[in-house]
Amino acid sequence: MIPRMPENNNPDFAFHAKGLTKTYGIGQSMVYALRGVDLEVPAGELVVLLGPSGSGKSTLLNILGGLDFPTEGQVYFDGQELTAFDDRHLTAYRREHVGFVFQFYNLIPSLTARENVMLVTEIAENPMSPEQALEMVGLGQRMHHFPAQLSGGEQQRVAIARAIAKQPRVLFCDEPTGALDSKTGIVVLEAIARANRDLDTTTMVITHNAGIADMADRVLYMADGQIQETRSNEQPLKPTDLSW
Amino acid sequence: MPRPPLRLLELLRPLDRKLLRDLWHIKGQALAIAVVIGCGVGMYVMSKGMLVSLDETRRAYYERYRFADVIAPVKRAPDSLLDEIAALPGVRRAETRIRAGAILDVEGTSVPITGQIQSLPPTPSPRINDIVLRSGRYFDPQHPDEVLVLEGFALAHNLQPGDHFHAILNGTKRRLTVTGTVLSPEYVYSIAPGELVPDDSRFGVLWMNRRALANAFDLDGAFNEALILTSTGSNEDALIDRLDQLLKPYGANGAYGRDQQISDQFLSNEISQLKVMGRMLPPIFLLVAAFLLNVVVTRLIETEREQIGLLKAFGYRDIAVGLHYLKLVGAITLLGIAMGIGLGLWLGQGLAVLYMEYFKFPFLLFQAPPDVYLISVGFSLFIAVLGTFSAVLKVMRLQPAVAMVPPPPPDYSRSAQWIEALARWIDQPTRMILRHIYRWPKRSAMTSLGIAMSMGLLIGSSFSLDAMIYMIDISFNVIDRQHATVNFIEPRNARAIHDVEHVPGVITAEPFRAVPAVLRNGQYSRRQAIIGLTDTAELSRVVDLDYQPVDIPAEGIVLSDKLAELLNIRSGELLRLEVTQGRRPELDVPVSGIVKTYMGTSAYMDLHSLNRLMKEAQSISGAYLLVDGQRTDELYRSLKNTPAVAGVGLQEEAQQAFFATLNESLGTFVFFNTLFAGLIAVGVVYNSARISLSERGRELASLRVLGLTRGEVSYILLGELALLTLVALPVGAGLGWLLAWAMVTSFDTELFRIPLIIDASTYGYAALVVVLAAIGSGLLVRRRIDRLDLIAVLKTRE
Ligand SMILES: Nc1ncnc2c1ncn2[C@@H]1O[C@H](COP(=O)(O)OP(=O)(O)O)[C@@H](O)[C@H]1O
Ligand SMILES: [Mg+2]
Repeated sequence: MIPRMPENNNPDFAFHAKGLTKTYGIGQSMVYALRGVDLEVPAGELVVLLGPSGSGKSTLLNILGGLDFPTEGQVYFDGQELTAFDDRHLTAYRREHVGFVFQFYNLIPSLTARENVMLVTEIAENPMSPEQALEMVGLGQRMHHFPAQLSGGEQQRVAIARAIAKQPRVLFCDEPTGALDSKTGIVVLEAIARANRDLDTTTMVITHNAGIADMADRVLYMADGQIQETRSNEQPLKPTDLSW
Repeated sequence: MPRPPLRLLELLRPLDRKLLRDLWHIKGQALAIAVVIGCGVGMYVMSKGMLVSLDETRRAYYERYRFADVIAPVKRAPDSLLDEIAALPGVRRAETRIRAGAILDVEGTSVPITGQIQSLPPTPSPRINDIVLRSGRYFDPQHPDEVLVLEGFALAHNLQPGDHFHAILNGTKRRLTVTGTVLSPEYVYSIAPGELVPDDSRFGVLWMNRRALANAFDLDGAFNEALILTSTGSNEDALIDRLDQLLKPYGANGAYGRDQQISDQFLSNEISQLKVMGRMLPPIFLLVAAFLLNVVVTRLIETEREQIGLLKAFGYRDIAVGLHYLKLVGAITLLGIAMGIGLGLWLGQGLAVLYMEYFKFPFLLFQAPPDVYLISVGFSLFIAVLGTFSAVLKVMRLQPAVAMVPPPPPDYSRSAQWIEALARWIDQPTRMILRHIYRWPKRSAMTSLGIAMSMGLLIGSSFSLDAMIYMIDISFNVIDRQHATVNFIEPRNARAIHDVEHVPGVITAEPFRAVPAVLRNGQYSRRQAIIGLTDTAELSRVVDLDYQPVDIPAEGIVLSDKLAELLNIRSGELLRLEVTQGRRPELDVPVSGIVKTYMGTSAYMDLHSLNRLMKEAQSISGAYLLVDGQRTDELYRSLKNTPAVAGVGLQEEAQQAFFATLNESLGTFVFFNTLFAGLIAVGVVYNSARISLSERGRELASLRVLGLTRGEVSYILLGELALLTLVALPVGAGLGWLLAWAMVTSFDTELFRIPLIIDASTYGYAALVVVLAAIGSGLLVRRRIDRLDLIAVLKTRE
């Protein structure tokens, strides 16, 4: 890996970003997705990103997750500058440290629940067993089912099991409940909260649903490509106590 | 105010604009399919066009230069007989001439050259078998040593009008003067008797004034060949019978039609090969193209399901929507046809140039008649529509309400038991590969089959080289092992073999007797020289199917398999022999065996029984020689000066000429076969990779997000193709064998039978080409996998 940069080696922060700007297009048709975002994410926290559609939440998360590059600015993960990584190092970063959960689950239809998880455990350094990961999301009984045989909420929980099975340092969830009804959504959020708590995984959850923010340690409000406000919850609620 | 520029797209109806954009979107695949169609159409246009051109050129050439319909050789008949011949029913015109063999000796060439010499009237006015004067002038009847020579021979020896060379005519060495070079419809394919390919340096054809040639062969007031043009609608077989009757007292050898004339036989052989090629290969390309079109259109329709529903909801009629996709198919096919016609014309013209070297026509223009193009267009469109019809029908039947609901995720839960048993031991990506193949078994099978077809095509079109080389090896190293064959002018006493043995350079000599005869079995009859061999023959042998020498029984006749087939006779049955030489005995002999030959037809008897049958003293027609390689020059010099020798055949030179010809055409042949097969393989692999990528792009991008590397993700897609390619290899080998078998079966002619021999290296080469093509197209798609847009994929639902 890239040598560590001592001046940014603050173990308290999982992420540290400075002046992140992301633009699409050029000239008149240029769109700003991010306009100079500065950010510090403490290790082990559960952070919820709130904001209207188009405010730049996904863009920010994708950059932190090593899927995208900012037009300007730097991101440091654990003291290393992610924005200086090439594709190969970003892949290694995702492989070793990052778990992703998306709105549309993105499971592999030709693999069973357990095999979808194994996809990750096979290449991770210090994974838990796929069975254990599926137990954590309450799907121990559905291990051998294919995605086509699972409901949306179950598919999303498989996706969470897949994301946490490698015991990642960070977990990114982009609107994990966006395609689910609220009851199912709560089950999914419980799984995410449990991973954050039990595995001490720094977790960032995107939602445009303000009700979900109550389960976070910290809430970031985004609008128009900028973080407008940061709020800390002294007493985060359990997902079961949420309402929306 | 200036008017805004007219944009072409805006002239089109919206649905047609969509068509163009769709086409542009799948341009790589459309091009790959068009290329496969183009190969098929090109091959058809080339072979069919060449076939028609050759056929037409031959017809025009024969007609213009009045090539004889029937040829009646005799030993010697008086000129006065011409009137009787001309009076036979069915004869439009008749002419007589003298034709004989000769040995030619050109300065600077040590090997004896086989020659054919024939007479022409004193003024340039033959009414039958006319010649085309290419340079110089007609001979002067006042100068008996003046001759016209075949152009190819003149070129090979750099003979110009005014040059001289020597010829042994009826045992007398003569110095001849070239007055001109000519072409003749009789010698379009100028091949010496017993040879495989033309060799202008060792075969010469001469034309001489009738009187001068008559003098040389003691045929004053006589002829030894009658040429006949038949009247249209006459019965040629009946005429041949009448001619044989009439000419019998004059040593008739059996009259024969033009189709038995050697040059014309080779020409017909070539034409029938073109026919087979034009019929067998193009459909393979078109079938593959139809499959590819089906896959591409099916996938396109899948991705456009919602659009189709929308169009219908807006009120577009089913037929309009269906037609829209048929137009897409039509556009790709027409592109392929256009490419194919261009390719066919180009290849055809190249082939015409190549043919002009082997077939000596005064002109040969590659020209495909309009119906070739019509058939190309019609057949290709038909196959294309046939291949995509079910997909289009599905579009037409799709209910708008159903179409607008996104399709459920593909269900992999019903996987095969054996895959699951296997799955225990393998990693997830490999599982994905196996389950994906099993989930779309038809498409996977068709992909493998398509790849296999390309390999089969390559084997089927290049195996003939292996077969030819094998055939030559068997013919020259197992059957005819002599170095040279000496033919006497007349049968000589058996003691003459000792004279031959003492010619310098000869190691051993074995006698043979050749007797011209008509073999008859009921309604079937063939003119065939019967070869008499001694029971100790070691050089020219008769071998069975296992290439073991066969003893020729003292009684009976041994026939080659093709001859037995032509005579419809089996071993043990009685065959009627009508000898057309000497006392012309006729009798029934049992067929005592049937043996394998690849070239021509043959009949063998024991030398002693053949002589007994002829009611002659022990005599021989010539000898097979084993020659001391160090002393060939001496041998040749001596043979060229031996009056009794009518001709010399040289095995080594015949082989060399064969391989030279093979090598010349080989490069082009192999290049195009490889290209075509490679294009099919690329077309199939590339298309199937692109389709998989389109179906699974989302899946693959998800895996990249999970941290799988580009290599690991590529493995899933390309591993599947590698597996399908691997499966295709043995299937392709099998298909190649089948295609070769079909070719061998349809090339079975009197002149040649090609053995079904495919070298391991041919299989290997074909496999290599296919694998390389697969890797090449894999790399093309790999570039796209590398550039997968991860974020775009995550934003959208399938
Ligand atoms: N590929 C792209 N091309 C152009 N604009 C884009 C692209 N991706 C995102 N954007 C724009 O960037 C802005 C932020 O998008 P995104 O991060 O997806 O918002 P959010 O997730 O908060 O809804 C939006 O205005 C969007 O239109
Ligand atoms: Mg978003």
